[in-house]
Amino acid sequence: MIRFEQVSVTYDGADRPTLRDVDLVVPEGELTLLVGPSGVGKSTLLGAVCGLVPHFTGGTLRGRVTVAGRDTRTHRPRELADVVGTVGQDPLAHFVTDVVEDELAYGMESLGLAPAVMRRRVEETLDLLGLNELRDRPLTTLSGGQQQRVAIGSVLTPHPKVLVLDEPTSALDPAAAEEVLAVLQRLVHDLGTTVLLAEHRLERVVQYADRVLLLPSPGAPPVLGSPSSVMAVSPVHPPVVALGRLAGWSPLPLSVRDARRRAPELLPRLRTPVAVPVPTPAAAPAPSVAPRPDLAPTRPGRSARLARLFRRSGAAPGPAVEGAAADGAADDGRMGAPATPSEPVARVAGLALRRGRAEVLHGIDLRVAPGETIALMGRNGAGKSTLLATLVGTLAPTTGTVTVAGRTPHRTAPQEMVRRVGLVPQEPRDLLYADTVAAECEAADSDAGAAPGTCRELVSALLPGVPDDTHPRDLSEGQRLALALALVLTGRPALLLLDEPTRGLDYAAKARLIEVLRGLAADGHAIVLATHDVELAAELAHRVVILAGGEIVADGPTAEVVVSSPAFAPQVAKVLAPAPWLTVTQVAQALAEPAPDPMPVPEPEPEPASPSEPAPRAGAAG
Amino acid sequence: MTPPPTPDDPAFRATRTGGAGTSRTRRPAPGDLTPAGPGPAGAGGPGFRASYEKISAPRARRGNALHAGAWWLWALGLATAASRTTNPLLLGLITGVAGYVVAARRTAAPWARSYGAFLKLGLFVIGLRLLFSVLLGSPIPGAHPLFTLPEVPLPDWAAQGIRIGGRVTAEQLAFAFYDGAKLATLLVCVGAANALANPARLLKSLPAALYEVGVAVVVAMTFAPNMVADVARLRTARRLRGRPTGGVKAVLQIGLPVLEGALERSVAVAASMDARGYGRTAEVPPAVRHTTNVLTLGGLLGMCAGTYGLLAAEGAAYGLPVLAVGLGLALAGLRLGGRRSIRTRYRPDRWGWRAWLVAGSGAAVAAALIRAGTVDPAALQPGVVPLVAPTLPLWPAAAILIGLVPALVAPVPPKEASQ
Repeated sequence: MIRFEQVSVTYDGADRPTLRDVDLVVPEGELTLLVGPSGVGKSTLLGAVCGLVPHFTGGTLRGRVTVAGRDTRTHRPRELADVVGTVGQDPLAHFVTDVVEDELAYGMESLGLAPAVMRRRVEETLDLLGLNELRDRPLTTLSGGQQQRVAIGSVLTPHPKVLVLDEPTSALDPAAAEEVLAVLQRLVHDLGTTVLLAEHRLERVVQYADRVLLLPSPGAPPVLGSPSSVMAVSPVHPPVVALGRLAGWSPLPLSVRDARRRAPELLPRLRTPVAVPVPTPAAAPAPSVAPRPDLAPTRPGRSARLARLFRRSGAAPGPAVEGAAADGAADDGRMGAPATPSEPVARVAGLALRRGRAEVLHGIDLRVAPGETIALMGRNGAGKSTLLATLVGTLAPTTGTVTVAGRTPHRTAPQEMVRRVGLVPQEPRDLLYADTVAAECEAADSDAGAAPGTCRELVSALLPGVPDDTHPRDLSEGQRLALALALVLTGRPALLLLDEPTRGLDYAAKARLIEVLRGLAADGHAIVLATHDVELAAELAHRVVILAGGEIVADGPTAEVVVSSPAFAPQVAKVLAPAPWLTVTQVAQALAEPAPDPMPVPEPEPEPASPSEPAPRAGAAG
Repeated sequence: MTPPPTPDDPAFRATRTGGAGTSRTRRPAPGDLTPAGPGPAGAGGPGFRASYEKISAPRARRGNALHAGAWWLWALGLATAASRTTNPLLLGLITGVAGYVVAARRTAAPWARSYGAFLKLGLFVIGLRLLFSVLLGSPIPGAHPLFTLPEVPLPDWAAQGIRIGGRVTAEQLAFAFYDGAKLATLLVCVGAANALANPARLLKSLPAALYEVGVAVVVAMTFAPNMVADVARLRTARRLRGRPTGGVKAVLQIGLPVLEGALERSVAVAASMDARGYGRTAEVPPAVRHTTNVLTLGGLLGMCAGTYGLLAAEGAAYGLPVLAVGLGLALAGLRLGGRRSIRTRYRPDRWGWRAWLVAGSGAAVAAALIRAGTVDPAALQPGVVPLVAPTLPLWPAAAILIGLVPALVAPVPPKEASQ
């Protein structure tokens, strides 16, 4: 269906080709998953299928790409529109019209189909994707999952033979992502559409794939094969595969269901009475025993350097963080979940926030202790970002109080607030104004009143090997996040907030982020992350808070909250339930230490499926 | 929340026949007097009731949507009427009529929120007009000085009809107010059309040859709200860096990323449109292409010449025919040019009798006020020298009320529970 013959793509100004001598045939009527680390040319390969590379993006394409027999050299994207449908990561950037029904018809109008045919196909597509209720709604009022389904529907109506999707679920919460994937599977099974899909969050998609196409590294030849055979060698893989590799299972399990069948073999080997493997900095010396190569630090000795840097923040604390930072320094980074008596960094009491008539937040009570990491979860629109905005002071609460490091955030001048609380927004790029990394650092130093060079030192620790004169826009997604994090950390805030930090990050970048955040927490920074990424929450968080419809519906230690929830449980927890392991790292550690638990943790073993836990899906979103 | 009444529910109809889409503006209506339920209908009897229900405004759906052009014709009719008078009472009445119809028939769509912005813009225009009149003086002679501002002496060569400061009279302020009110009413009429008519639907009614130009306009229009959102987001981000969010420096620093964001978004939309078949063309013979060019260009030239003739003092005789010929040529060119486009249209709005009524009501208001301008010019242009209180001329005022017809006949938009 899709055939690449000796294809190389070189963008203008690049010194080496992004894709080199790719030869492959994507089989018809199957769901093929394209995987690989960041920057190996996944998007370029997808763009070459629909003709946007090179007709739209520029650059040089050598070799030949044919789709359903049409050569993309002689057919422009618009002439392929009836055989290839393309959907990107951001559905809003895809929409041309403003109402669902018009959007579904747009492609057919361009192709000049007869009105009667268009009418029939729109009705069929509305039913196929479950969009009938939304047919007259303006597109901007839809939720993320609904928008993504409309985007898929809009390219389905011309009945393309091939559907190309670039990270369709990365911005979605777990439930919405399943909605979209169910639709894709139905297309493949019922209509025989060929689907080519790139995705970073493999834990969501790999079990639906018929074939996996791996681009192992830039310039390396692609590997196409059955999912389990490719996953066995892939540098990027979901936790369930990591678990399978660790346990030596063959064939590798790809879904939680497969792995659960094998779990009884593994459980006896894990019979160490590890009570609660809370992911504390001390309990998770990840790099030393990690089975995954991508978890290892990219440079030996970097952790030590990082630790030195962050510890200095304890020695020279900002004016209002004495208690917080001193605690962290005194504990020397070896404390567990620092729950008890210390003064909280942030306290939220009875918080409600209205936007017009909508109550975005309602009755929120939350305390954040120094050194504690909290994961804020919940579906899109549940109020996670709004809660972060009240903590940082960009939104004023309607009722209730918010106190961060002794101040009321929205009444404090930004220059002062920046030394108490820092937020890395969903789009880290928003924080960057300057032309070069060095200029950003200087600006950050003067903004935060820090000694010159403070920020640059942080950047060097977080982002080794980035020259001063790099333009922030030329950085990769993960590098940009690290730069934004460094800018925010320049003020040495006691409370660090991150909004969706793993969006668009591959597993390696995510592992580096986890390492950095653990170091920060060990040094006494309190961290609150709003995230859809259950694996990240399991790795990092001491506590998970689940929001639904603007209210807290669950708040407790990660293991308790997450294991009992079908939507928010990480894969390892699902496989090994009711045993309390959450991450592959913990399992690896348990396997490596057959002796009785060397580090007793005072808490008793939690009931894995506590019935009193409110279901996180209760309540209604907006 | 109770489920909204369905169209089949008699209670629903009873509340809807009031003609008002919102409960705030709801008035008692004949339907309210009839008992809700399947019992015997009220005074009119079943026959009356059935025929009334046939013509009363239905709930708006895609299929019965009013043609966007009808809304624009209605609004342009009101605007024409407004341009014929400076009587603040009549202008206020026109604004009120437009506002009532908007309140009764606008949807929850993003473009419908623009009405408030146009109202504010109108008030701003009046204020600006008054301010200029106070500061720069006015050629209107006046007998009622209100106060005197210190006058800035200007050199002789600059003082040709310009004055800064000086005496301010009541007449001059009244004149400025009338003038500003006229302009503000025009703006409000345009705002009403903007709020009621879906711009994308209007685009569907354009001739095929103009479609691509229309797309550019509509895409540009949807970019404005996105840029506003970008500015808000980046201002927030500035606060996160610990910088003040106001001031010239902030604007400059935010400006560049906002423009970059807009550019990136337009590139993304362009890629999406290209990948979805935008701009596919049919092969047309070269002869047809050349004919199209000649017709369109010739037509446009003819229209220019004809318009000039109409406006210039001496050319009134040949102006109209030349304009007509030019228009004809241009239309033929557009029609021929449409052959290149293979686009089809999905469910275009139909021009039904409701559209005729809506457009006709606007035209009727315009015609009535044009007529009133010749019959009774004094009432429509109240004098400012000497200063007299404006009176409300009865029959032009009644004619303006015809503009309320859309609030009765246009389909009622559903009340949406959208955010």
